[in-house]
Amino acid sequence: MSDQPTFAAALLDPDAPCPAGLTAWNGSDPVRRFAVYRNNVVSSLIDALADTFPVVHELVGEAFFRVMAGVFVRQAPPQSVQLVHYGAGFPAFIEQFDPASSVPYLADVARLEFLRIRAFHAADADPVSPEQIAQALADPERLPALRVTCHPSLGVLDSRYAVASLWAAHQGVGDVAQVNPFLPESALIVRTGLEVHVVALPPGSDRLVTGFVDGLPLGEAAALALAAHPEFDLTIHLALLLRYGALSSFHLPTELSP
Amino acid sequence: MTLTITADFAPAASGVPNAQPAPRLPLRAGVGLKPQHFGEILETAPDLGFFEIHAENYLVTGGPFHHYLGRIRERYPLSIHGVGLSIGADGPLDIAHLDRLTALLDRYEPQSFSEHLAWSTHGSAFFNDLLPLPYDQTTLNRVCDHIDQTQEHLQRRLLLENPATYVEFAASTFDEATFIREIIGRTGCGLLLDVNNAYVSGVNHQRDPYAYLTALPLDAVGEIHLAGFAEDCDAAGARLLIDTHGAPIAEAVWALYAFALGRLGPTPTLIERDNNLPPLAALIAEAHCADRWIEYARRNRAETPA
Repeated sequence: MSDQPTFAAALLDPDAPCPAGLTAWNGSDPVRRFAVYRNNVVSSLIDALADTFPVVHELVGEAFFRVMAGVFVRQAPPQSVQLVHYGAGFPAFIEQFDPASSVPYLADVARLEFLRIRAFHAADADPVSPEQIAQALADPERLPALRVTCHPSLGVLDSRYAVASLWAAHQGVGDVAQVNPFLPESALIVRTGLEVHVVALPPGSDRLVTGFVDGLPLGEAAALALAAHPEFDLTIHLALLLRYGALSSFHLPTELSP
Repeated sequence: MTLTITADFAPAASGVPNAQPAPRLPLRAGVGLKPQHFGEILETAPDLGFFEIHAENYLVTGGPFHHYLGRIRERYPLSIHGVGLSIGADGPLDIAHLDRLTALLDRYEPQSFSEHLAWSTHGSAFFNDLLPLPYDQTTLNRVCDHIDQTQEHLQRRLLLENPATYVEFAASTFDEATFIREIIGRTGCGLLLDVNNAYVSGVNHQRDPYAYLTALPLDAVGEIHLAGFAEDCDAAGARLLIDTHGAPIAEAVWALYAFALGRLGPTPTLIERDNNLPPLAALIAEAHCADRWIEYARRNRAETPA
């Protein structure tokens, strides 16, 4: 008797026997027929990962990628019918996947690619308007109290490797051979309109943005960045974030004398 | 079944022959909507009857998918086709998924919503494939309960698609056409007749696809699917066709389609292509080929009234 738990387990376990109770009109061994389902499941999920992680795929090549992704699929099948969310655990898996250890930056490139997909499908929001910016700048004394909301698509990846440059080199921007992967980089991932941008951030920006995401006012977020990087220049960093529409609202708390 | 019947939910079981959801797909051919074709569709406005999307791809919060679908929906009728509801699963339906589907249907007001006679989830795992069911009384009761629940939740009639399968079950006590007829009789859902699946399963299980088609409750058909398959063979070397949606529609499937339209009259028809995606023009050419068969069916019907 073939029940769904047995059938489901056998789909992901190539060593499991073909579920009992399956038949074929010609009396042939149903194992070949069952293999169609096994193959459909595993290869379609590998394809889904290849769609989400194209640079990882390029870095290791088709044959290696399919073996690596196949191991992941069998260990961690999707937990949601929305395949765009599949692969959140793939970077951590890559980090532990010994055969990939010769490409030490592979896991961080995967993290960047997953943030890109997340940004692509994140909620829509307008960036702060020039009027809001002018209004905030008109009152420099209260600027440190400014609350900043980041765009829902925004993500920051702080890496020991040159993730943003590596990623860009695989988009035909720059030469892969010229990228030193071992230079640490922070990457900003954000969608402006319909397009997702990957931007290498100057040192300190990640602290600033993390401060915003944690709900700190501008003054405190900037102080964190300055503490980490003494040469941190808030004007340059804010200009960069505004250019990519990374900030979606400014809000000054209602007037309260300090 | 206790249901408040709204305007776009008219089960065939209510006794009205040919009862259909109020907004209907046009009696023309349409094409599966792929992100690769978004821009070209908006720029060239191809002459197509409708587009169809997979519901699960559009359950995302924002971004380009909704941007483009919204614009395309303003210009074309839409069919929403689910692949993840897992109507045949032995566990309960995912209520959160039904809620998300409701929101999607409310947002885009499609002319048709369809799902599969299959299961694709087990526990929390999603297999991204349409898995087969034994056709027995237990499965029938469960599938009917799940369809009743879905139609009630979505407040609309569902079209259920006949599957392409590679194995059969010793436990089956119904043939597939009878099983589908039972479901439709009990739940009032409609039938999404996948002619490619009928052909693929016909070859895979050595049954006559013409006889199979004739045995289906054709008066419940609300849409037809056409697609291409790949060839493999089973352990005895017999032909085994795989429903890949990755090739042009085969001649034998066009022939079966022409036969189906002869029985059905003009019917909305989707050209389904999910893999080895060709340029949009190739899919439009297939859609226009289907349009010619639909037009032929229309003329025939006019000349020989029932």
